[in-house]
Amino acid sequence: MKAKHQRLVLALVAVGAIIGAAFLAMSALKDTAALFRTPSEVAKGQVPIDKPMRLAGMVVPGSIARDADGVTIRFLLTDEGATAPVRFRGITPDLFKEGSGAVAEGRLGADGIFVADNILAKHDERYMPPQMESAMKSEKDKAARQGRRP
Amino acid sequence: MHIFANPNRFLGIARPLTPWLGWGGAVLTAIALLSGLFLTPPEQLQGESVRIMYVHVPSAWLGMGGWTGIAVASLMQLVWRHPLAAVAARAVALPGALFTAICLVTGSIWGRPTWGTWWEWDGRLTSMLVLLFLYIAYIALAGATADRAGGSRVAAIFGLVGAINIPIIKYSVDWWNTLHQTASITLTKNTIDPSILWPLPIALIGFSMLFGGIVLMRMRALLAEARIEARLKRMADA
Repeated sequence: MKAKHQRLVLALVAVGAIIGAAFLAMSALKDTAALFRTPSEVAKGQVPIDKPMRLAGMVVPGSIARDADGVTIRFLLTDEGATAPVRFRGITPDLFKEGSGAVAEGRLGADGIFVADNILAKHDERYMPPQMESAMKSEKDKAARQGRRP
Repeated sequence: MHIFANPNRFLGIARPLTPWLGWGGAVLTAIALLSGLFLTPPEQLQGESVRIMYVHVPSAWLGMGGWTGIAVASLMQLVWRHPLAAVAARAVALPGALFTAICLVTGSIWGRPTWGTWWEWDGRLTSMLVLLFLYIAYIALAGATADRAGGSRVAAIFGLVGAINIPIIKYSVDWWNTLHQTASITLTKNTIDPSILWPLPIALIGFSMLFGGIVLMRMRALLAEARIEARLKRMADA
């Protein structure tokens, strides 16, 4: 009985120590394990210039504009706190849309424009069938749409 | 759990339970997957590729649940010297690795049309890949040290230590910003429309029953193997 309890205590202490160590490691990883930086971090000057990285946020509705060459697009990414301009030349994924999340891979230029060489679309945790989308379209959404195409 | 300490009593329960879990799980899985293919609507943004969810989510759940089982069994083996605990942990490892691999492959297939990439080194994807590597290491370690009576202690310690990856997988999407979306279903919210969601619980139960059936089968095989070896040893000694 005694040996059993000793082993139990030992095992629990070991497990506790491992959890503690992992928790410390994970919180230390907090910044480096992030897949992408945010427009707020760019605004605060925390993002190094001309280093390969990813920038993610929501594509500002109405911000996607195509250059005269037909393959370069410019848009704004926002994270509610700040907005960052992005330039990208290439083909975007199907889910890349105004108002949805996107991840841009590239470098931040000295002029503050993020030059992307790849775009990923981000899907959020909401799953809706198509007919639900039109039924649940909020008035605000509609207003934004009308404002974009007068 | 102590009721099952005796392998013979365990076999008395496991033998009739195996076909029920196996066939029941197969039927429920078939119902869920066919419903997910033909009865549910496509998703507004993902389109038809949302249907991968009915395989991807149960596989992820079993990959993580499998290692949780290994950790619990390892603790029981180390503390209570349970004769069946090591057998259970070894039996879980292979199907656990299989479902983790299915989760990674289906996720990759979904990621290509949805995100625009097969693979990205984000927190969720990387920690899930680490889980697959942990399973492979566990299988190798348990296999290499299996000849010890009462099971391998090294494998049990590894099973317990590796469990730290499970909460990391679960909370990776909350701790770090990741490409993978955060949880759709938590205790307090559900952001999947019911018309898309309903086959998922059936798939979860079906996959889990199949998993349970496979584990019982493998436990019985491992016990039979140990029995054969013991008999051969006795014959060699005689």
